[in-house]
Amino acid sequence: MKHIVIVGATSAMAHECARIWAEQEATHFSLVGRSAERLQRVADDLKARSPGSDVTILATDFLSPEAIQATVDETTSNRRIDIALIAHGSLPDQNNCQIDLNVCADSLAVNGLSPALFAEALAGKMEDVNYGSLAIIGSVAGDRGRKSNYSYGAAKGLVERYTQGLQHRFAGTGVTVTLIKPGPTATPMTKEMQLEGTNLAKPVDVATAIVGAIHKNRLTIYAPEKWRIIMLVIKHMPSFIFNKLNI
Amino acid sequence: MTPLSSWGRLGAPLHYTVSLSREKISEQLSRPPLPGIAYGMGRSYGDICLNPRGTAWQTTDLNNFISFDDKSGILHCEAGLLLRDIQNVLVPRGWMLPVTPGTQLITVGGAIANDVHGKNHHRFGTFGDHVQYLRLARTDNQIIECSTTKNTDWLAATIGGMGLTGVVLEAKIKLRKVDGPWLETETIPYYSLEQFFELADSSEAGWENTVSWIDCLGGRQGRGIFMRGNPTTASPDLPPRSKQLTMPFVPPVSFFNKLSLKPFNTAYFHLQARNAGRSITHYQPFFYPLDNILKWNRMYGPKGFYQYQSVIPRTNGLEATRAMLDAIKHSGEGSFLAVLKTFGKRLAPGMMSFPMHGVTLALDFPNNGPHTHQLFKQLDAIVQEAGGRIYPAKDARMPRELFESGYPHLEEFLKYRDLGISSSLSRRLIGS
Repeated sequence: MKHIVIVGATSAMAHECARIWAEQEATHFSLVGRSAERLQRVADDLKARSPGSDVTILATDFLSPEAIQATVDETTSNRRIDIALIAHGSLPDQNNCQIDLNVCADSLAVNGLSPALFAEALAGKMEDVNYGSLAIIGSVAGDRGRKSNYSYGAAKGLVERYTQGLQHRFAGTGVTVTLIKPGPTATPMTKEMQLEGTNLAKPVDVATAIVGAIHKNRLTIYAPEKWRIIMLVIKHMPSFIFNKLNI
Repeated sequence: MTPLSSWGRLGAPLHYTVSLSREKISEQLSRPPLPGIAYGMGRSYGDICLNPRGTAWQTTDLNNFISFDDKSGILHCEAGLLLRDIQNVLVPRGWMLPVTPGTQLITVGGAIANDVHGKNHHRFGTFGDHVQYLRLARTDNQIIECSTTKNTDWLAATIGGMGLTGVVLEAKIKLRKVDGPWLETETIPYYSLEQFFELADSSEAGWENTVSWIDCLGGRQGRGIFMRGNPTTASPDLPPRSKQLTMPFVPPVSFFNKLSLKPFNTAYFHLQARNAGRSITHYQPFFYPLDNILKWNRMYGPKGFYQYQSVIPRTNGLEATRAMLDAIKHSGEGSFLAVLKTFGKRLAPGMMSFPMHGVTLALDFPNNGPHTHQLFKQLDAIVQEAGGRIYPAKDARMPRELFESGYPHLEEFLKYRDLGISSSLSRRLIGS
């Protein structure tokens, strides 16, 4: 049975990925999150959808390096990992980050430092057995700093650079590392954007793209794919134009 | 504020939308500044799910399975789960929802609030007949658990309760065993209403599913296509489903209009009549023929459309149906997606359930303004005189007297009303 580790398993996107995997075949899931109660609900959902699957839940502190290492050690105590998906994050209000450095520090830690530490720990386990697919959810926001969300974007930029490093390190080995950069998606995280009536991608469509990218060992994908073109334009726009845009 | 519409696309009024989340639900529902209404997939046709300038609690994030017991067939799930997801997961395991309407792209909560029915009413009743437990949140922060043994009055009020008794959070539904996804079906053309009733009556004993398409412009006799189906153990080597299509744009005028309707209907009748006979069909195209075309409601153009679904007690069924078809023909309005079917003799599970022993006629009309409403008035008079009622899930315009005469348990139902909940429909038909 495949062993899939999902960090931030209660996030809407990760949960949708888990449903797809569970409905494909019976799987052993290790679900990592902050709240055991919320993890249990995801576990119940997966078990009802896929009675052959079994689920272990691991509640942990996402900001403590020791707790992260201990959690990852626990996931590999009995079996090696086929796929690990790192999906946690939270979208802070940029204004609050500017007013209150605690909010800013939280965002940088939860969206940047924490996924990087999980990635490092999981990559170590995969290196030991020279096997596994590691996927990390970044964001289009990490492609270029913008005034509307740079405290989030900078953290996602860190994730991207870290992932690049891992991809370089594991090139030509049995370990693959995939970076997923979703555009804005209709999840609880983007509630505020949804209120403004923005037309966002559906979590299930993004999840389908994620599962497909991992299956094909892609290096970097945008989900939906149209964001590759949009971000190509935004990344290469000269500053004297970019800085006049209200985005 | 976000524009929301229902399936009829008669408008897109602004709502204050709140995506319900498991962790915050009591806070999200408690004492809303503006009364709210639960909004699932927006697949009801009229204003039952709309609350312009008010709150719309979106339920589709509450889409978890909680448990499924492979021995008893009891599914425990959250109310925002889609019927499609239930079918996709459980049909391969030999279980199916006993009752589903003509689309599976609806939430469990919506199926309960409208007490939806399907093609097998004479055998399986309504969706509510299979609901064994509900967890209901009220806007005063109370949680009411009701089941077939506990707080049964709350269960009866909430099934078919138009979402007005609280927000359904979770439900337990008893599924039925099936041998597979296939149905043995038979298609029979009929050339008069009498022939339709004969077919419907003679099929009740031997066929689980019966439905018919009626050519509402086909004249006094009422010609149509009768379809019936039974689950089968056969498993033909067929691809289960063709490609998913989407109606990509809203045409400037309705595809169905005075010019196009008659040839459409005639062509459809003869095409189907040519395919008459028995075959093996997958449950999806049989039960949900239009789910393959996403956003098909756009075909009615920018002004949207009305759906008129009535049920007439059996004794008056033939004359009233004939009178309605006459009225439609004389009005020059017409309907392509016209469905005629009989309901069996069963007690409805909800105080406000729509189905009763009789015959139901469902018609789509492009919104042609006053002219369409003129026709509805004539149809209303026929329904009221025949002792029938209109289906709130489809309605955007019925007069209050007709609602009151059609639903004799209304007064009792109102005792269970949550006053923090209100919809366009409740204000129109109940006054608040």
